[in-house]
Amino acid sequence: MNKKKYWLDKKANITKIYIALWTIGIFLILGDFVIHRHEDFKTAELFGFYGVYGFVGCVILVLVAKVLRKIVMRNEDYYDT
Amino acid sequence: MTLNFPTAFILILGGLILPFFPGSLRKLCLIFIPAVAFVHLLILPIGIHGELQFLGYTLSSVRVDKLSQIFGYVFLIAAFLNAIYALHSDDVLQQAATFVYAGSAIGAVFAGDLITLFIFWELTAISSVILIWARRTDRAYKSGMRYLITHILSGMLLLIGAIFYSKSQGSIEFTSMSLDQPGVILIFIAFGVKSAFPLLHNWLHDAYPESTEIGTVALSVFSTKLGIYALARGFAGTEILIFIGAVMATFPIFYAVIENDLRRVLTYSLNNQLGFMVVGIGIGTELAINGAVAHAFAHILYKSLLFMSMGAVLFRVGTVNGSDLGGLYKSMPWTACFCIIGAASISAFPLFSGFVAKSMIMSAALYQDHVLVWLVLLFASAGVFHHAGIKIPFFAFFAHDSGFRCKEAPPNMLIAMGIAATMCVGIGCFPDFFYQILPFAVNYKPYTWGHVLSQLQLLVFSALAFAVLMRTGIYPPELKSVNLDTDWIFRKIFRAISKKANDSVFATYTSFCSNLKSQILSLFEKIKHHHHPTGLLARNWPTSSMVMWVAIMLASYLLIYFLQFNA
Repeated sequence: MNKKKYWLDKKANITKIYIALWTIGIFLILGDFVIHRHEDFKTAELFGFYGVYGFVGCVILVLVAKVLRKIVMRNEDYYDT
Repeated sequence: MTLNFPTAFILILGGLILPFFPGSLRKLCLIFIPAVAFVHLLILPIGIHGELQFLGYTLSSVRVDKLSQIFGYVFLIAAFLNAIYALHSDDVLQQAATFVYAGSAIGAVFAGDLITLFIFWELTAISSVILIWARRTDRAYKSGMRYLITHILSGMLLLIGAIFYSKSQGSIEFTSMSLDQPGVILIFIAFGVKSAFPLLHNWLHDAYPESTEIGTVALSVFSTKLGIYALARGFAGTEILIFIGAVMATFPIFYAVIENDLRRVLTYSLNNQLGFMVVGIGIGTELAINGAVAHAFAHILYKSLLFMSMGAVLFRVGTVNGSDLGGLYKSMPWTACFCIIGAASISAFPLFSGFVAKSMIMSAALYQDHVLVWLVLLFASAGVFHHAGIKIPFFAFFAHDSGFRCKEAPPNMLIAMGIAATMCVGIGCFPDFFYQILPFAVNYKPYTWGHVLSQLQLLVFSALAFAVLMRTGIYPPELKSVNLDTDWIFRKIFRAISKKANDSVFATYTSFCSNLKSQILSLFEKIKHHHHPTGLLARNWPTSSMVMWVAIMLASYLLIYFLQFNA
């Protein structure tokens, strides 16, 4: 087996990516101060609207999906028996 | 000789003669046939060709306009990519079926009347099921059967609808229709089955992931986008499509989050992307139709790319279950890279194809004041990035190292993926060229600072939500499982009902048979009782007893005679 160590194999590096992602996110939100977004839907002009919508939307998506899993998940051979 | 025959014939004929070529020549044909078809399409002039009379109706087998042209182009590009992707394979059945399938889809797109449409419509069903059965497993066989029944039914609905429609309209032309015309609702449902409307969608998630690594790529291209084309042609501006599309764009993503088979995850995101197109068709303005068509074009390329990358994983590793995979970027770096480009395109990252296509539909929704629909689509955009953009590459190529060490995908697969990836980026970076082939003149600027910023905010924070949920352990783990969908109705309830019906019919039949048997036996018993050698009617009688009975009879006759006279 290939024993070569990759950059991503280190846990510390994954944390680095995680922090970098937050940094990018924060800069993008701060971008709202620099660029005025002209929106046809006025609520979307609120500060950080898309960031909050994306984050909250995805958290809700996953939480609802977890509930859905309780309802619809069956064993792999469910239809074979 | 006129060249104004359907382009479909080149591919269908090519597919039919393909098996007769020996190995290396066949590989040459695989590349050559779609190329010839593409050239033919390029020289086919705008207008209606190949008209013929049938039962008093005028059939037009080739109608070339900007709407059919763009679908024809992208179907041929997809067929070409498929052929390259399948070059390593010796399974000529799949290669031939793909050409017939692609050809019939193209034939349907250029059909100017409903009869021609119906013929090619059914041909896509029959040729595509071969690609599912080509996996040669019991699961694929059963799943393919369910798929075939669904699609044949869709064709039947189309035919019945077309008969009612042509009777009332006096014309069989396939053109814009209204739901209150006779028979049109049946045509609408037929298109809905192909486009995987909610509740009519299950064949997509059931059958596509059961096909081979090559077959699923072809399947992901043609059937559903043929449905989208048919809707755009017949039902542009039909308001109910906006709501159907909004539901389509959202509900599959919940399933996608919990699904383990990564190719099935891709079918859910396919369904979600179709929802965007259906919304665009429902809005029906020039911008919206352009958006829907552009999205279909871009979608075919990035969806093929994603299915190709997962197909490569299936080919090398033998599974695409998220629970089994991980860390494959070490073995398949190129495949991982192409998969990420596909993921970025479907997620509509700026500079990738999804961005310049999808935003037209989003803007069109807002221009027509469908704010709620816009919010739903925005949620679906975040969701598709979350489950297709991140989940697919993450669980296949990163996540925990599964320990699989395999070879990189074969060169032909990498070339096909490379071309698709290049086109995804090309469309995203140079949208103006792409916009020129859309059905209507485009006056749309996707790249404004505000738009780029808002899209990046949406995507980066969706990614952050994924990262936070993963790190906190809230994200549902990949589990070997099956998730119930509408197929549960016919795979469990219908099956139970039919089993019960079968049992009771069988029970009635056996009891009837045993009853009949005992009746017949008792009849025989009775006959035997009287006609048996010792029975009353069959035994030997002594002559003396007969003489005695005659004497008794004569005596009683005499007695009665006397009694009568004396009275």
